[in-house]
Parts: sequence; C-alpha cells; structure tokens
Amino acid sequence: MAHAAEAQAGEAHVHAPQAFIWRYVFSKDHKVIAIQYYVTAMFMALIAGLLAMLVRLQLAWPERDNAWLGNLLPMGFQSGVMNPEFYAMLFTMHGTIMVFFVLSTAPVSGFGNLLIPLQAGARDMAFPFLNGLSFWTFLCGCVVILSSFFVASGAAAAGWTSYPPLSALKGAIPGSDMGQTLWIVAMVFFIASFTMGGLNFVTTILNLRAKGLTMFRMPLTMWSMFLVAILGLLAFPALTAASLLLVFDRHFGTSFFLPAGLVLNNVPLMGPDGAFLHQGGSPLLWQHLFWFLGHPEVYILMLPALGFTSDIIATFARKPIFGYRSMVLAMVAIAGLSFVVWGHHMFVSGMSPYLGMAFAVGTILIAVPSAVKVFNWLATLYRSRIRFTTAMLWALGVVSLFISGGLSGILLGQGALDIHLHDTMFVVAHFHLIMAGAALFGVFGATAYWFPKMFGRLMNEPLGKAHFWFTFVTYYGTFFPMHYIGIAGHLRRIYDPYQYEFLAPLKGINEFITVSAFILGLSQILFFVNFFWSAFKGKKAGENPWDANGLEWTTSSPPPHGNWPGAIPVVHRWPYEYSNPAAPRDHVMQHEPPFAGEPRH
Amino acid sequence: MPGEILEKARAHAGGPRGPVGSWGGGGSAGPDGGIAADPRRLGLWLFLGTVTMLFVGFTSAYLVRRASADWRPLAIPALLWWNTAAIVASSGALEVARRRLRGWAPVGAVPWVFATGILGVLFAVGQVLAWRALAARGFYLETSPHNSFFYVLTGTHLVHLAGGLVWFGVVLSRVRRLAYVPGEDGLGLFATYWHFLAGLWLYLLVLLFVV
Amino acid sequence: MAKVQGLLFGLATVVLVVVSVFYFTKDWMPPLHSDRGAIDHGIALSLAVTGVVFIVTNLLLAWVSFRYQDRPGAVASYWHDHAGLEWSWTGVTALILFFFLFGALRLWGQIVNTPPPADALLVEVTGQQFAWNVRYPGPDGMFGRTDARQATQENPIGLDRADPAAADDLLLLNQLYLPQGRAVDVRLRSLDVLHSLFLPNFRVKQDAVPGMTVSTWFVPKDAGDFEIACAEHCGLGHYRMRGRVHVVPAADFDQALAAAAAP
Repeated sequence: MAHAAEAQAGEAHVHAPQAFIWRYVFSKDHKVIAIQYYVTAMFMALIAGLLAMLVRLQLAWPERDNAWLGNLLPMGFQSGVMNPEFYAMLFTMHGTIMVFFVLSTAPVSGFGNLLIPLQAGARDMAFPFLNGLSFWTFLCGCVVILSSFFVASGAAAAGWTSYPPLSALKGAIPGSDMGQTLWIVAMVFFIASFTMGGLNFVTTILNLRAKGLTMFRMPLTMWSMFLVAILGLLAFPALTAASLLLVFDRHFGTSFFLPAGLVLNNVPLMGPDGAFLHQGGSPLLWQHLFWFLGHPEVYILMLPALGFTSDIIATFARKPIFGYRSMVLAMVAIAGLSFVVWGHHMFVSGMSPYLGMAFAVGTILIAVPSAVKVFNWLATLYRSRIRFTTAMLWALGVVSLFISGGLSGILLGQGALDIHLHDTMFVVAHFHLIMAGAALFGVFGATAYWFPKMFGRLMNEPLGKAHFWFTFVTYYGTFFPMHYIGIAGHLRRIYDPYQYEFLAPLKGINEFITVSAFILGLSQILFFVNFFWSAFKGKKAGENPWDANGLEWTTSSPPPHGNWPGAIPVVHRWPYEYSNPAAPRDHVMQHEPPFAGEPRH
Repeated sequence: MPGEILEKARAHAGGPRGPVGSWGGGGSAGPDGGIAADPRRLGLWLFLGTVTMLFVGFTSAYLVRRASADWRPLAIPALLWWNTAAIVASSGALEVARRRLRGWAPVGAVPWVFATGILGVLFAVGQVLAWRALAARGFYLETSPHNSFFYVLTGTHLVHLAGGLVWFGVVLSRVRRLAYVPGEDGLGLFATYWHFLAGLWLYLLVLLFVV
Repeated sequence: MAKVQGLLFGLATVVLVVVSVFYFTKDWMPPLHSDRGAIDHGIALSLAVTGVVFIVTNLLLAWVSFRYQDRPGAVASYWHDHAGLEWSWTGVTALILFFFLFGALRLWGQIVNTPPPADALLVEVTGQQFAWNVRYPGPDGMFGRTDARQATQENPIGLDRADPAAADDLLLLNQLYLPQGRAVDVRLRSLDVLHSLFLPNFRVKQDAVPGMTVSTWFVPKDAGDFEIACAEHCGLGHYRMRGRVHVVPAADFDQALAAAAAP
C-alpha cells in the first residue's frame, strides 16, 4: 500500500497544460469540460426558456397585437400576430433543446463530469481525450440545432417526438424541410457525444475507484450517473437507428415509416406511372423506436436529480441517508423498468390493445420504487437537524415536485384513463413537474452545493434563496393549474385553443399560467447574476464548506489538475456517516480511518 | 533488439491502468480487483454494447416491417458468399497473427496482419460490388423494403468496418515498427472489434437471407 | 434568516396542498354524454386515492421541514435502516398499486378490448389536413372501395365510383351524425399524417394512422351538438381541425343524415 501511495504521489507531478487554449478551450481536464458543458447548457436553457415564454404568450392572448415582438422577430409574426408555423417551431424546439441540450446535458454531462472522478477518487476520467471530443461534438450539435432557426423554411416543427409522416413529408409542414434535416443531424451529434460520455462514465466508475470504495460505498449521485450512462448507451442507439431510417424515408424514397396511399393536400403521392411513392411502411414503428429511447431518456434526466437530492439531504439533515441499499435498488429498478414501459406513450396510437395492457403493468410497477425513494427521503428528514441552505431548499423542492408530479403518473399509466387525458395539458403538467422540474431543481441544488468544486467559491445565499422562492412558487403556479385544464380537455400543441367552444372558458386560467410563467422566467435572472457574480467575486470556500463526507470534499476548492495534490485518499466507509454518537464529531469523512466501535458500512 | 523487446515487455507488464491519456500509468486500481483490468478493454466492450443495441433497433424494425403486405424477398447476391468467406478468413488471419505475436515471433506475424487487412478491404470492395450488381438488376434502395433494409444494414455495417480499417492502419504501422510486445496480446483490442464485425456480418446475413 | 426557511417551506407546502386540493374538488371534466362513464369514475377514484397520498406525504414533508430545523442543542438521530418499516411501505404501496392495476386492466378490457355489438352503426372517419371526412355505408351496409390515386379536391378520400357498393355511401365533411342510444363503430383512417379523433364529451380519443384502419366504439347517450377536436399535432391547421357531432334521436337519425348529406 505504501508503494501504491508513493507511485500516486509521483503521478501528481504531471503538470496541467499551460497554454490558455489547451488549458481552458480544448481541455482534457474533466473539471474544465464539466464547466464547458454546464455553461453551454445554461445558454441553451436561456434560448429554450425564451421559446417557452413565446408559447405561453400565444396561449394566453392569441388575438393580441404584439407589434413590438413582430419587429423583433419578423419571421415569426405577421402584423403583430404570431404565425402558426412559428408556434409549431416554438414548442418543437423548446422540447428538443430542453430535453436533450439542457436537462440531459447539465446534470449528466455537466455534473457527471465534475463529480465522478472527484467522488470516485480518480485523477480524471478514464478517457480524457474522448471526454474533450465529446464536448466538442456536443457543441456541434448545439450549433446545428440553433442554426435551424435561420433557414428559410424554419426550424423543425413536428414536435420534439418528430412523428412521421408529419416529420417525413416536406409538404406536410414547412419545418419538415431543411429544419427537420438539421434536427436529425443535431440529434446524431448529440447521441455521439452522449455515447462517448457514457463510455467514460461507466469505465471510470467501474475501473478507477479509489482503494476501499466498493460499489456499495458510492454516493448515490455516483450510482445515478452509473445507471444513467448505461441507460444512454443502451437506449440512444434506438433513436440513431430510427433517425437513419427517417433520413432514408425523407431523402431517398424508402418506405420504413411511410405507408402506401398517402394523399397530401388532395394530391396523391404517386409517380408518373401511377405507382405510389411509398409502400407499406408503418408510422407506429417510429413511435416504438422513439419511445424505446424516449422513456429511458426521461429517467436520464431524472435519476441524477434523485442522486443529488439524496446527497444534499443527507448533508444538510446531518443524518445518514435512510435505506441506502433500498435507494440504490430503487434506482436500479427504475432504470430497468424504464425499458419496458415505452408503450404508455402510445395507448391511443392504434397499437394492439394487448400491448397496451402489458405496458400498463410496467408503468404502474415503476411507481413502487419511486414511492420508496420518497418515503426514504422523508425518513431521512425525520428526527434530523436541517440546515436550510439554498442547496437544501432545492433538494426539498425536488422531493415536493417528485410527489406532485409522480402521483399524476398513476392516472396516466392506466390506459383507459389515458384515453381522456392523452395529449392534454394534464400530460404537460405531469412531465413538467416530475421530469423537467425535478431535473431543473436538482441542477440548481447541485450548483449551489458543488459550486465550490467548480469555482472555489460559494454562491450568494440570500440571492440563492430569493431565486429558490420565486422559482418554487411560480413553478407550481405555472404547471399545477395545467392539471385542471387538462382534465377539462385542453389540448397540447395548439396554436389557438379558443377556436373550440369547450376550451374557451379556460382562457382565464391560461392567462394566470402565463403571468406565472413570465415571473418564473424573470426569476432566472437572479440565478444568472448569482452564478457569474459568485464565480468571480463569491466568498472563498474552503475544502469542505458543508461538513460533508464525500471524497470530493477532501481536496481543495477548486481541485488542482489531477484532483489531489498528493496521494489519492483511501476509503474506509460510506459517505453518509453523520451524527453517529460513537464518532468523535458529527460527521466522519470517507477517507478518515475507522474510529473505535464503528459499524461497517 | 531482443533486449529492447524484453524491456518493453517488462514495462508493459505493469499494465496501463487509469486514464489512458495524460496520466500515463496514473489512476488507481479498483478495490474489487476483478474488473480493474484494462479500462480500454471495458470501454471497447461498452462501445460494442451500444453498437449491438443499434442493430437490435434495426432488427426490431426489420421484423415489424417484414410482416407487412408489400414485403417481397430479395434473392441473395451470390457475391455475398465470397464476401462472407473474406471477412471470416480475415478474422482467422488475425488470430494467426496474434498467436505468432504471443509466441514471441513478431516478425512472423507481419504477413498475417497484412492478410487480415487485405481480406478486410476485399470484403468492403465486395460489398460495394454487390450493391452495384443489385442496382444493375434494377433493385434500388427504394425498390422494396427488403432492398431498403439490405442497403441500410450493410451500409451501417460497412461504416463500422471503415472505422475498423482506420484502426487497422494504426495496427499495421505498429506491427511494421515491431512496436508490439511479444508475449503480450497487443492486438487483443483490435481483434475484439474485428471479430465483432465478422460476427455482426454473419448475424446480418442470417437475418436478411436465412430466417 | 435560516430559521424562517423551515417555517416558510412548511407553510408553502400546506398552502400548495390546500389550494390544489380545493381546485381538484371542482368538476373539470366536460359533461359526459356517452356510455364511457367508467373513465370518469376511474379518474375520480384515482384522484381521490392519489389525493390522499398527496396530502399525507406533503403534510409529512411540511412537518419534518418545520419541526426538525437545526437549532442550538439539536441532535440528529443516527437512524438509517429499518427493514420492517421499509418492507411495510413497499408492501402497502405495491398493494394499492395492485388495485389500481387490476382496475386499469379491467377497464381497458371493457373499453378497448371488447368488440362492438353486432347492431352497431358503422361510420368511417378519415382525417386529412385539416378536416374530418365522415362516411356512412348507406343501406347496403358496405363501404365502397377507395383508391388514393383517385383523390381530388372534390373527392378527398378517393372514393371509387365504379364500385357498386360506393353508390349509396353518404359523405359528410366535419359533421358526424350519430343516433342516440345506439352503439357506433368508428373506423378511423388518415390520408396524410397522424391525427387523433377527440370527442371530449364522449371520452373518446383515438389516433388516425395513415396505412391503418383503427376501430373504436361507444354509445352516445344524449341528443345534442358537441365538438370534435384533433388531439395529435398534425400541421399548421391542427388548432382549427374542428368538427361537430350531432346526436339525434334514433328514430330521426336516417332522416337527419339524409338531409345533411343532401347537396
């Protein structure tokens, strides 16, 4: 062992590259790459958030003359009124950017890169070059998806799910011209980038853990990253395959998703010889392939948030996480089940009713491990002593959203009830609370908590708390009422709901939601200010400002190139040893040697 | 020369652990012992896992699509049998090369490495010729779903094979420089990928034309 | 400052529970006019049960975050595993969900997996951008052949007039006439992209998929005029792909339909 420590101390003399471009731009250091991912995701979030504001504006006041916006965005407005094609583009790009380029990126690629080597006790990721390449591939994807706003026919407009034939026939909607092509290209970049990241995550976690850090001593954040990486590696290829087939259908006349006998604008799609251009393809095939990815993808967004939340709650409740093993098993169960529930997105799609039954079973089952997580969090908080830091507030926010958003899933999972609720705002409420909300709050919590390991400083607490309260209240204000209008039948992806008599009475609620959404959007300024101000001017953080236990808190803030100036610490226990009466203080870090009478964890 | 090779063998026995890039022999050994082998090997297997899932996706699409009414089976182009022989022989040649290398005969391995590459290129060329032969008979990409799947699946396989050929270029130059350590399985990683491609091709052949 | 946070979080959670439950007790469902009341019951029951869980877990969350704030002299208990507790809440959750599952499968079988009665009225609805083509088979009970190659502005679904069965087919645009109290077997098709036939007052929603004919059936209970909406994003005109359902007393149905179909 002494030998190993000596060898490791020797390695630490490897110096970081000195030139700015190699150190901060084309870096191979996981911490720099993490910040690159994080800041890019923030920028993408800003854009996707603005798109959502425009969607909300339209839903509340579709008749209003927004001349000033028309001047600002001439492509989207005609004499102050939004074009339907612009509206379709807005919700499509909002969904695509948020799901892939923000909420998969910030928690997984951002915090995964920052935390995995630090929590594992590794000097870097297993493949640092691949890691850097992954970021630049991701950035290409961002550039491509953003560039689609500037093509003449507009960005993709077939919804983030890109169901063919709408996404396959150029004449079906303007966005299905160049915009959809760019959408597919951006997806391919994203998937390639995510795959490189996934290879790194799994290899690092399996191969490069510090001595003594067994799998069941890993922080729950690391467990979530491990599962997420596996989900990504196994699920994303389905979207790659589907996208490739869609490219062939769109550009080379094949018929994977396109059936015979299509008639567009009263013109049959046939060649001069009277034969149909397409034969026998199945639009449902795309839905199966898409949701085979799509559902695990939902958990790719959520699992990291569940991991962050567990770690943050344990630290600030000053209590070990309750039921550590059942927490791990619950995440494994959620990840496993996520592969057999995709059909619950397709209850009314026309697929076989027997399949519908099978998918309802898996969907209802997934509620069991989810409930276990909530109860474990509540049990962790019971008889604790909570320090209400900003990070802790966000973590409690995740618990709250996980309860509120999870329960509506039980309604949607029952196939027959989904007949009424499918494609209504009820679904929008459900996934914004549980998937988007939990992921977003998780990222905010993680940012406040691990900010010292990014920039060596602490974020401003009063500003952070103000940001939390504005966001918490308006997030619920925005998304909770969508349950009610959803039950009333309010459709999603609809340019002007008030064309329908049965939706006209819901205008007041829509206006309330929109005002709430605008305040929610504005509140995020607090975060941006806090983030950039604190990154440069915040209070200096020591090694371990929160009295936490993980390996990331055993090195300086921010950690040096190579993460530990000397030898890598050796792990003796789990990361949740808080408030043990037998211990010398209220927390015992993972690398501290065993104390007298310590239970084995 | 033998002394130098021995030196390398000794240096190698320590094994590459930890990050493959800037940390040289860095990182730390895994605590469980078992899996803490070469991270590159694990990474490669994970990559093969994700490629497998890609073809699982295609397979499910293929099986669904085959059940539709407009399915007209495509007769197998005879050239494919020769291509199959080439890719299997290429894998075989690579195995012989690895045996030579492991048996302390790096020089004897060189022709077999060449054979691996030539057979691999022959396979690739053969696949393109098979496409051309089909097109000449009027079987285009969009003619029928079986054709479409044939082109897409063989094309995707060929893209992965092209990546393998690039890697082969690296292997070849290292073999020619005698940079591999005798007694060690320096070609192991590449062989894993190359055999995977051969196996994948056999699977595709069975999927497309046998079952 | 930190003292206030626990109180605030607790209060905010209580307010959330009170306000959201209050609004959930209102009747949001569009008025029901079909035989699919079981869906309404399922939604109400699920809302009630999940509502109780919502109230209980949120109040627990509010209570622990208020009660266990850090204060001088506070000690957290070193308590992190309790097999009995964990098994029991897993078991109870699984049991509740089992009942949901049982109900869900029964309801699914009843609504989706049951063939329509033999005397059901056959009607075909074909979605296109952005209209619903409604067709009745006429007295012969048989739909005439359609051929997409013959589709034109005047004949969007490409009805083949040469087919004798087509002669008495009745065609309507965006108007769906249904007899009160008689089962209706809707055959859904689409010409171009995905659409979804949504009849909010009848608890009917079913995608129309090009290349497929999807069937769904229900019984309209009350006479009156109701709306048809498209529930699947189908293009720029998705929001105005509106139609009307006219449910008329069964005795007047043939007459009403003939009058509507007259040019």
